[in-house]
Amino acid sequence: MNLSEETILKIDALIPKYPEKRSAALMIIHLIQDELGAIDLEACEWIADKLELQPINIQELITFYPMLREKPWGKKHIRVCRTLPCALRGSYATCQALEKKLGVKEGHVRDDGEYSIEFMECLADCGEGPVVMVDEETYENVDSGKAEELADLLKSGKLEKSKKFVSYENALVQDTSLEVASKPKPSKK
Amino acid sequence: MKNADDPNYSNKIGCYLREGGYSMLKKSCKMKPEDIGAEVLKSGVRGRGGAGFPAGMKWKFLDRKSGKPIYLICNADESEPGTFKDRQIIHKDPHQLIEGMMIAAYAIQAKQAFIYIRAEFFEGARILESAIAEAKAKGFCGDKILGSDFSCDLVVHRGAGAYICGEETGLIESLEGKRPNPRIKPPYFPAVLGLYQCPTIVNNVETLCNVKHIMEIGGDEFAKIGKPNNTGTRIWCVSGQVKKPGYYEFECGALTLGEMIYDVCGGLLPGRSLQAVIPGGSSSKILRADERFSGKLKDGTEFDWGVEDIPLDFDGPMAAGTMSGSGGIIVMDDTVDMVEAMANINAFYAHESCGQCTPCREGSLWMRKITQRMCDGGAREEDADLLLSVANQIEGRTICAFGEAAAWPTQSFIAKFRDRFEEKVKNPERKKSSLQLI
Repeated sequence: MNLSEETILKIDALIPKYPEKRSAALMIIHLIQDELGAIDLEACEWIADKLELQPINIQELITFYPMLREKPWGKKHIRVCRTLPCALRGSYATCQALEKKLGVKEGHVRDDGEYSIEFMECLADCGEGPVVMVDEETYENVDSGKAEELADLLKSGKLEKSKKFVSYENALVQDTSLEVASKPKPSKK
Repeated sequence: MKNADDPNYSNKIGCYLREGGYSMLKKSCKMKPEDIGAEVLKSGVRGRGGAGFPAGMKWKFLDRKSGKPIYLICNADESEPGTFKDRQIIHKDPHQLIEGMMIAAYAIQAKQAFIYIRAEFFEGARILESAIAEAKAKGFCGDKILGSDFSCDLVVHRGAGAYICGEETGLIESLEGKRPNPRIKPPYFPAVLGLYQCPTIVNNVETLCNVKHIMEIGGDEFAKIGKPNNTGTRIWCVSGQVKKPGYYEFECGALTLGEMIYDVCGGLLPGRSLQAVIPGGSSSKILRADERFSGKLKDGTEFDWGVEDIPLDFDGPMAAGTMSGSGGIIVMDDTVDMVEAMANINAFYAHESCGQCTPCREGSLWMRKITQRMCDGGAREEDADLLLSVANQIEGRTICAFGEAAAWPTQSFIAKFRDRFEEKVKNPERKKSSLQLI
């Protein structure tokens, strides 16, 4: 297993943050998965060794948590929310539009490894559904029409630069004026 | 949440300090820890995560005599379908949460605190990390807070996509680096035997933010906001088929469900009528639009409500036989096929059951299979009763409340929409025009 120096440094800094070593397991898995795309048996053994555990203690996490992977997703991984509030706003059509445009079925990776789609459970942004995530970026109100646009932008490599879809997390960090969420009425507090 | 949507407000510490941020932490650090607990108890603030348990009581149960270290955990694993309030706080006003957490940590004398955030909030975790770094640089968090003898470190811990991690004992198991199988209570009450078998307090994001506001105005004043036993404000998350879905903060009981749907959210889409509302996240019992509720409230007043008259607080939805849960209101209009909606919810619970208790692991799967078959054109006459019998055999027979969360939707759908399940038997084919939900 080839881990970058940077990731190993991060892992070493992470472990002492926890009162018990084992607690660091999930965060270490995230760091390694971010770099390698998945946690194979070799990685399990490496993490177990690091935390003085058995490989099964790591494997049981990989097989339980939906976001942990034994095999990598595509280079671009698209998550579409399936759960009721998004479904009520048309997420099934969104997912089907993306499947068609990107040439891959949900739950699968395209043969060339470029794209994968995951139709997953609640992404906790129900007010702006249907919600789509491309890697770590959130796109809101993506109905089937917008999903086709999104897929086109993604395929031409222009998605990141596009301002067409609001990802309010990013907008917030860089420029608060882009914020377009609904306004709560002021409370008397 | 009052600052969060000001366009001139960012999630950086400068803005928070400009609005008087961290002054409550300064005030609190000069008080006796138990006095802070007393204020929170007086405020009557109820947990905002779903169960609505008074936060002050939870703190009171804390085992302080064991000599073991005490831990504070913020539950930011927001995963109840229909709920997206914690996301707003984390993204828009993270310092409010950090201040609330540090006050709470001081009150319970925890030297180590964690924020357990769901892994889908990539940006949220980064925002929290940088906010904590800012707070540490200014001495609001970490070693010797504000020059006092009190130190508390704060660590952001990411989950990995499991709904069950929102259950507090499951969350603790997950934070220990294990599978998040919930623990049985008793004896594993977190306040006594929590993280690493040490006394632990687990509170929701919104609850911890309220701690800051309680210190600002005092427990007695806080208790005057809203209604008795339903104090403070709540952030309601409205989703589904309304014109303006979103999150709206109101005093508890300040408005009814009808006012929320029609006045605040702009009503339903043109030409549609209300069919059903799920008032507190997908595990709360569904309400049918033409239902009526009558009876006596705890304080003795009689009520006779339609769905639209239910007051939005903790006790109102409870009196109507459901719950306000995490405040996620899901609205469904007359175009929705209720059997498909049921199948969608069942698929969620079948996917998220941790598999520890047999009734839940098997039952949630069967409920999904039956409703899926019904939607695929194979509905049978006995299905409604079969679903009900499966659900009844889950409720009350599991270690954690997930069993109820999985059973309540089915029980209430069958009780209130049995006609739709029977209709499905007569006309099993999916209408081509209808919205696909499964």
